[in-house]
Amino acid sequence: MPPVTRGFTGRRRPASRDGQLPPGQHDVGGLWPVLTAEAEPHLREDQVELTVAGLVASPTTWTLAELRALPTSTYAGDIHCVTSWSKLGTRFTGVSLDVLLGAAGPLDEARHVVAESVTGYTTNLPLADVTGSRAWVVWDHEGRPLPPEHGGPLRLLVPHLYFWKSAKWVSRLELTAVDRPGFWERNGYHDRGDPWLEQRYQGDA
Amino acid sequence: MGEHTDRRVAPGAWTTGTVAELTREGRVVRLRLDVAEPFAHRAGQHCVLRLRAEDGYTAQRSYSIASAPDDDRLELCVEALPDGEVSGHLHDEARVGDVVELRGPVGRWFTWGGRTPSIAVVGGSGVVPVVAMVRHAARLGVLERLRVVAVTRTLAELPYADELLAHGAFVATTRENLGGRVAATPYPDEVAPLVEGVERAYVCGSPGFASYAVRLLAETGVRSDVVRVEQFGPTG
Repeated sequence: MPPVTRGFTGRRRPASRDGQLPPGQHDVGGLWPVLTAEAEPHLREDQVELTVAGLVASPTTWTLAELRALPTSTYAGDIHCVTSWSKLGTRFTGVSLDVLLGAAGPLDEARHVVAESVTGYTTNLPLADVTGSRAWVVWDHEGRPLPPEHGGPLRLLVPHLYFWKSAKWVSRLELTAVDRPGFWERNGYHDRGDPWLEQRYQGDA
Repeated sequence: MGEHTDRRVAPGAWTTGTVAELTREGRVVRLRLDVAEPFAHRAGQHCVLRLRAEDGYTAQRSYSIASAPDDDRLELCVEALPDGEVSGHLHDEARVGDVVELRGPVGRWFTWGGRTPSIAVVGGSGVVPVVAMVRHAARLGVLERLRVVAVTRTLAELPYADELLAHGAFVATTRENLGGRVAATPYPDEVAPLVEGVERAYVCGSPGFASYAVRLLAETGVRSDVVRVEQFGPTG
């Protein structure tokens, strides 16, 4: 039996919200903690480009202006950081990866995606996790431009996985046949990172 | 980045820690724990601490490790945050003999092994992982390889201030004069001599502090691609 900590009772969340928190997570309310491993780049909007390449029929690059001209969509829901905070009921606007992948045309052998940032940060995801209206590149948070400390002008958003998968300052999505661990994944974190399965570290679930 | 490709870097299973020593200083509490199944950590890493209530409810947070890798006990230094569920318990309620759950070590990026000449610029409780680095450097006898710049409002508010000063850290106080130095954030000309020959820079503190420290390092000629940042927000 895991030990009980004497004197600890905890601050329970309102009952209506209990079902929304994956195991081991807590609600930060209106806060949005910043966690970054490297010096934060400050990019002008006209410096932002996104390339989808690798195992695709038509490698494609969009400027931010071109991305904005595509059909936009809004995600309203929760985000979960592996360091145990969750932010509930928040909104991002951008373009679905379904639109971008539709233009680039993944080849049959594509199974994984490596997202890269202008900083050199990388993270790997199963291709299946970024299709089906579950992943976006976003430039807007709660009606305002996404600030640099949160990955603006453009970041990846894959909210059903732990948030390190949602690469800040994203510049490239490379489709691959084999899984290539990214930055945190090489440093011990999980290749998929499903918060509901508590896949925090390599070897979990 | 990505110099570590070792796949055996995941933290171990949950183990238990018993509070062996506990010191409260202002808003921070220092805990030294006896760990049932000790895990080997590198200076700069953190671990996960979990509290469990009688009815099975749990809460967990990540905390930086202050102890050197060769310490027999695991040392954490936790700042009490307003309404902090875990930090508040540790600060207000915890006492020697209490048992918590621990899992670690976590993080292979913000670590220092003792060889690379480095500078660390830290603010407030962001000093904790760098305390582990300083202790590691002291035990290896290579303190000259790790220059520390610590920024704090007052000396009394800086955890481990005495130990850092004893090991040669440059402490900049921003709300009180210290020695002959007038209260101010570090000036580039104060930091420039410290960055000579360094191959890596560590920055740890709040997001606002981290932005400031990265700019300061850039002004003194440190390339942004050698800067490793650890920021923490209010996570209770």
